[in-house]
Amino acid sequence: MIEVKDLVKHFTGVAAVNGVSFSVAANEVVALIGPSGSGKSTTLRCLNGLEKPDAGTVTIDGQVLDVADETALCSLRTKMGFVFQHFNLFSHLTVLDNMTLAPINVKKMDKAKAEALAMGLLQRIGLADKASSYVSKLSGGQQQRVAIMRALAMEPKIMLFDEPTSALDPEMVKEVLDAIRSLAEQQMTMMIVTHEMAFAREVADRVIFMDEGRIIESGTPAAFFAHPQSQRAQDFLAKVL
Amino acid sequence: MIQEIFSAENVAFMLAGTRISLLVAVCAVTIGILLGIVAAACKLSRSAVLRVLANIYVEFIRGTPMLLQLSFFYLGIPLIYKQLTGSYLATDSLLLGILAIGINSGAYSGELIRSAINAVDAGQWEAGASLGMTHRQVMGKIILPQAFKRIIPPLTSEFITLIKDSSLVSTIGVVDLMKTTEIIGAHYYNYFLPMLGAGLIYLVLTVGISRLSALLERKVAVSD
Repeated sequence: MIEVKDLVKHFTGVAAVNGVSFSVAANEVVALIGPSGSGKSTTLRCLNGLEKPDAGTVTIDGQVLDVADETALCSLRTKMGFVFQHFNLFSHLTVLDNMTLAPINVKKMDKAKAEALAMGLLQRIGLADKASSYVSKLSGGQQQRVAIMRALAMEPKIMLFDEPTSALDPEMVKEVLDAIRSLAEQQMTMMIVTHEMAFAREVADRVIFMDEGRIIESGTPAAFFAHPQSQRAQDFLAKVL
Repeated sequence: MIQEIFSAENVAFMLAGTRISLLVAVCAVTIGILLGIVAAACKLSRSAVLRVLANIYVEFIRGTPMLLQLSFFYLGIPLIYKQLTGSYLATDSLLLGILAIGINSGAYSGELIRSAINAVDAGQWEAGASLGMTHRQVMGKIILPQAFKRIIPPLTSEFITLIKDSSLVSTIGVVDLMKTTEIIGAHYYNYFLPMLGAGLIYLVLTVGISRLSALLERKVAVSD
């Protein structure tokens, strides 16, 4: 479903991602972990063209991602939901309008259908009563769950999560992780950049550990967390577990 | 003296001048906003040529006095017209005044609009893009509506400035509020009282606009 080959991305001369290759199969959940500045988020952002790779290829669902071709990029992005660390809900719109904006404008869905779809998603997370609230009235956890549902309203094949709980107060982390967990149970193909090791261990089919822009090792959560092979992974786990 | 200067006839004359002042300000701010949108779009454009052109426009206008620009239009355009065509151009001071002030305002409005667009959080761009929206859709549906809210207070200041600066058209023969006070003042050899009256009228206009803008601001703040 996702195929990344020799991905390189520099920021002002520094290689944030330095030759990364991996693939994610349909229905697979991959957790991308590693220290801050290891290139996890940059890698994820390259997958949907939020960053323009300096070298290498990204193939999504059989189609090569080309950042320069806006039409192709937009249509590819409709297949991938992206959830941001800071939610990035549209602050001038209500919860419902946040969720229907893209279905109506991008997929040309009619308004009634888009709203019915959005209300169904809001009911799933118990926020149907917030449909007409502006997002500033919601807690961080509620905002992040709405952001996840906003992405799902486009009915994507893949969901990408960029540190979805890092900006949340501790008591709100669980509700967001629960929402992601229920997606995993529904066999959604997902890639999650996270610092929540317990969650990665529980939900992921595979863990990829990155440091200094490279993949150091990858494997099943059981194997990786119990017996990390590399010294760097051992040091990292010793600090965070 | 006061009764003579503020006779019904003179007050009506000043109010007619007030209408002209308002007309100049409203037309100029409208031209200014339209030009400002164009200037902001050019400044934010990917084309270097458009960016340079917009910069020249803004720097030229901001770097020279409005009175000079007004005189340039009033004196310069007929001169250029004559050089090009050989015949005289019958100019309309009011129209030239509106154009000159509108073009001046466009440079300032352009900067206001550009900075309001830039002030929208980059995350809003990324969220729109990540949902498959085109650059144009993100701009139209997400960025501009959010920029609009931020731009009401500075645009109000710009409009208030224009109401006051519209008095410059009195120098090219337009009978606006300022000019009526000069005419009445010359008639009675008393400039002080008509000026005081005009000052009050300008104040009523500008304070009124501030109040209206505050109402509008509260109305669009519901999402905050």
